[in-house]
Amino acid sequence: MSEKMHEQQSTGAVQTTGHAWDGDLQEYNNPLPRWWLWCFYGTVVFSVLYWFIYPSWPVGQTWLKGFGSVSYTVTDKATGQQKEQDYRWNTRSLLLEDLSDAANNKQRKDMMAKVQAADYEQVLKDPKMMEFARSVGKGLFGDNCAACHGRGGQGVAGLYPNLTDDDWLWGGDMAQIHQTLVQGRNGFMPAFGQVLKPEQLDDVAEYVLTLASETRPSDASERGKEIFHGQTGGCYYCHGADAKGVPSQGAANLTDKIWAVADVPAQKNLPDKKTALKNFISSGVNNTRIMPPWKDRLSPTDIKLLAVYVRQLGGGKQ
Amino acid sequence: MRHEHIETNSALMLLLILVVISIGGLVEIVPLFYISETIEKVDGVRPYTPLESRGRDIYVREGCYLCHSQQIRPFRDEWLRYGHYSLAAESQYDHPFQWGSRRTGPDLARVGGKYSNQWQVQHLKNPQSVVPQSIMPRYPWLLEHDLDYSDAGARMRAQRAAGVPYSLTQQEYDANLKRFGKDIADQLDINQAQDSLLKQARERDFDGFPNRVTEMEALVAYLQVLGTMVDFTKYDEGYFAQFR
Repeated sequence: MSEKMHEQQSTGAVQTTGHAWDGDLQEYNNPLPRWWLWCFYGTVVFSVLYWFIYPSWPVGQTWLKGFGSVSYTVTDKATGQQKEQDYRWNTRSLLLEDLSDAANNKQRKDMMAKVQAADYEQVLKDPKMMEFARSVGKGLFGDNCAACHGRGGQGVAGLYPNLTDDDWLWGGDMAQIHQTLVQGRNGFMPAFGQVLKPEQLDDVAEYVLTLASETRPSDASERGKEIFHGQTGGCYYCHGADAKGVPSQGAANLTDKIWAVADVPAQKNLPDKKTALKNFISSGVNNTRIMPPWKDRLSPTDIKLLAVYVRQLGGGKQ
Repeated sequence: MRHEHIETNSALMLLLILVVISIGGLVEIVPLFYISETIEKVDGVRPYTPLESRGRDIYVREGCYLCHSQQIRPFRDEWLRYGHYSLAAESQYDHPFQWGSRRTGPDLARVGGKYSNQWQVQHLKNPQSVVPQSIMPRYPWLLEHDLDYSDAGARMRAQRAAGVPYSLTQQEYDANLKRFGKDIADQLDINQAQDSLLKQARERDFDGFPNRVTEMEALVAYLQVLGTMVDFTKYDEGYFAQFR
């Protein structure tokens, strides 16, 4: 090996780097091909130009802003008018351009403007806008609502309302859904554990179970009825004299078999159902069933689309 | 200097290697100490209260940042899903920041106020009970452990050393009073750290236990403030483009 190297060296076939370690350890020096080297120099020059064209170089307290420019449409805060604006190239201007870009976004923008101008009646009647609400609403629902109400709006029994049935605590017409979305909701029911004696709680629970036809009327349920409709319990204040619920109070309809708040269906037999209901009446609801307000997080148009989407999930059509 | 000379002198070689590899870091990092114009001029950003700050410690302890980022990038899809892109100003009091680098779970930069306290507690205790398809692990011990807030003041002192305007002297307190108002200035006062922590826990009751201050309380307090400090409706579209 070494001999061959010496031979190549002496004939000038291959150059070495020139230094020798341990007496005779040498290194070949094979130069890079010219074309490759020039490409490399080219990229170095390109990178310097690139640095100057795009914002990058720090200079004192500021930086070179580059030479690019982006134009986009913004809404003027004072007048509410749309206006064209030019600004230097950066990722934030690019986003505004992307958001206002008519070419890739036109359909969406047009539909948004149409929905913005329409009221709920008009949106519900217009198949095109409904189609739009279903597709955009699905995304909005997935991002914002599904965490509690589930991907399909099925809710979590006893915790978060099911949006696909016809039982709406706060009402299921457009104005009520809109209000729920805009300002949020804070469910409240007094804790009756201190007010009523255990046997009275028993009776009320028995009565409420008869309302939903879970059991037959009995002496106990008759006593419970008196408490429910009398001054002792006063349940009718919120749930109504017919116990069908009062949406403005967020009070549940107790006469259907849908348990929106107390998790009765999860219990297997009647005594357990009664116990679950009794515990619920005893502890009430206080700051545990809150829907956050969305007015600061979503635009009015988004809220409109969401309200329509939620409505068409199945519930609240009456 | 000869090539051979460097290669046969390991101390010199080490020194020169350090010089060479530090250039990249210096070029990228040093200017950031001088460029002040990239931090957006924006109202509302304040340091975390003692309770939120302890919640942040738990966020770090549990390694939330390994799966959750806290930076919304200026892209259309992120804008539509998470809201306004994150500002540098919004993490100016984060030491260290929790921007993260992966999104196994969703971004949390604007999670504050998005869900109720009760949901946050339920979800941290057992994520699958509210989001069946979730792969997030359970954190039930957060509700079982009471929060150790004995060193809340010392932790704020450390943050203060890093430049966070927690107040120790009357003068600093007055400056905070002027800047943030009395409620916040009190919360940022190191001398009453434990009292303010308990006060916020009592008033807001994030964990659903009025008589306890659990680790859950602190973590939910932290989550509920994320991304809520700046009121973006006050600024024109395009205002923030001038800082890049």
